[in-house]
Amino acid sequence: MIEQTQTLHVKENNNTVGGRLLQGWDRFVTALSLPLCSLVIFLLLWSAVAARINTSLGKLPGPMQVATQAKVLWNEHLLERHKRKEFYERQAKINAEKLAADPTSERKVRKYTGKPTYLDQILTSLLTVFTGFFLASIVAVPVGVICGLSRPVMMALNPFIQIFKPVSPLAWLPIVTMVVSAVYPNNDGFLSKSFINSAITVALCSLWPTVINTALGVASIDKDYINVARVLQLKILPKIFKIIIPASLPLIFTGLRISLGVGWMVLIASEMLAQNPGLGKFVWDEFQNGSSDSLARIMVAVLTIGVIGFLLDRVMVLLQKAVDFGK
Amino acid sequence: MAFLELNNLGKSYGQGEQRLEVLKNIDLHVQEGEFIAIIGFSGSGKTTLISLIAGLLEPDEGEVVLKGEPVARPGPNRGVVFQNYSLLPWLNVYENVALAVNHLFSNWSMEKKAEHIKKYIEMVHLTPASHKRPAELSGGMRQRVAVARALAMNPEILLLDEPLSALDALTRGTLQREIEKIWSTNRKTVMLITNDVDEGLLLADRIIPLNPAPGATLGPIFPVHFKRPRDRVAMNQNPEYKKLRNEIINYLLDVGSKRNIHQDNHRWTLPDLEPIVVNSR
Repeated sequence: MIEQTQTLHVKENNNTVGGRLLQGWDRFVTALSLPLCSLVIFLLLWSAVAARINTSLGKLPGPMQVATQAKVLWNEHLLERHKRKEFYERQAKINAEKLAADPTSERKVRKYTGKPTYLDQILTSLLTVFTGFFLASIVAVPVGVICGLSRPVMMALNPFIQIFKPVSPLAWLPIVTMVVSAVYPNNDGFLSKSFINSAITVALCSLWPTVINTALGVASIDKDYINVARVLQLKILPKIFKIIIPASLPLIFTGLRISLGVGWMVLIASEMLAQNPGLGKFVWDEFQNGSSDSLARIMVAVLTIGVIGFLLDRVMVLLQKAVDFGK
Repeated sequence: MAFLELNNLGKSYGQGEQRLEVLKNIDLHVQEGEFIAIIGFSGSGKTTLISLIAGLLEPDEGEVVLKGEPVARPGPNRGVVFQNYSLLPWLNVYENVALAVNHLFSNWSMEKKAEHIKKYIEMVHLTPASHKRPAELSGGMRQRVAVARALAMNPEILLLDEPLSALDALTRGTLQREIEKIWSTNRKTVMLITNDVDEGLLLADRIIPLNPAPGATLGPIFPVHFKRPRDRVAMNQNPEYKKLRNEIINYLLDVGSKRNIHQDNHRWTLPDLEPIVVNSR
């Protein structure tokens, strides 16, 4: 009798607002608890193992040291920004005084020459990867569409795709550097050579997944859609833009998502070698620097690279969901 | 000269040894405004026949002649309603019909085109669902959009390739009535491919069975003389209807069984093997 009453009691609660909130909270906690548990275990293991490994640069940093260095990097960034602001204010003040004393004197405006902070480097990396990804996409999507539409073209280009796909960015970089130096001899101009080298290397390595997926998407669209185009007697260009591309968008976006992931990985390596002032250069400089904090700072960089890569992937997944039309 | 002529049409697939003759000696004359139903078994080449008339396939023998001109390629004057609807899934109902209208009547004004599109969506009773995508529609609604799109092209002949096969029997009954209503206002020439004899008797002026593959030919023509509008319930009591229905079904079963006997004559040679005897204790 008592058990019956208890069951009824629980059933009553489930449909109230409070009951539903409780269910939602339960689901939230369950979804979080497993990753949280593994995170805690990982942090404990990390500090335990790190304390036992002695490298030439001191003990391997544990989570506490890494967190400290993250804070240090943030403070360095704030300090640098503050110094830059002061510099520009000073300069403006000097110029105003000079102008007040002698209205015909020239204004001297010099650019602040502080070194890039950690956040500047993150921004440079993001800019480089998006440039490379954009370059790759505007080449890969049209090539993929043509390959998907015409089997002879696909058979002609396939050997090149298969052979260049596995090449590492570290192998491309010397060639790219030589070619860019030949074509772009002086270092004046809008973009620095290191930026161009990194962006082109990222493009070269990340265009293959998009080419392959686009070609697959175009080749595998439902024959019925093509029949609709034939009955309407659509010309080739409207057929491509109104039917073929929208039909293969899901696979194109899959390719783009993979390409962005590959590009982000390739970026760090090519930045290291090309000395582009981004996260790759940060890691390389810290390694060369060899101070006792270096390893911790490198680990901060590793975590940053991972988190940014994850966020980039999530953005692509959202874009993919937006174009998915469900059959 | 008939409106649509199929003269000695033949189509085969494959080369050499694997050459499969699907259609052979198809001869048919269709007058303008007629509703023809072709009834056949699955796999007897019905879709091949429709594709040949639409121009989506090229015949190996014979020709398709529409209004005196041989059919060489697909075109909007032969509106096709495919078996799988072929609605573009990234466009909603309005945009799917608009794709056809905007392309074919590009010299019309925007208002005229919009009015035309809305008229045909209203004709199939889908105005409340104009902004839904095919994934959000039921099978019957999707088929109606396909019919609206085909009609909006103002074709000279409407080709329906088993349009109601993928639907349940109740939806099929509703859509058959709708097709009849739409046809009676338009009186276009229609060729309907179906596997349902009742559907043919309800809608068509003439029913022609398609014999089974390989080498499918057209069977005898069964004219359907019942007055329109035809009420399914009333017709079921009509002895003429029952007689005609039985004739057609008997013909189909006859040719079907002849094919089966032909197939059973295939001799299979089994390999000469002895089973392994496993000693079990």
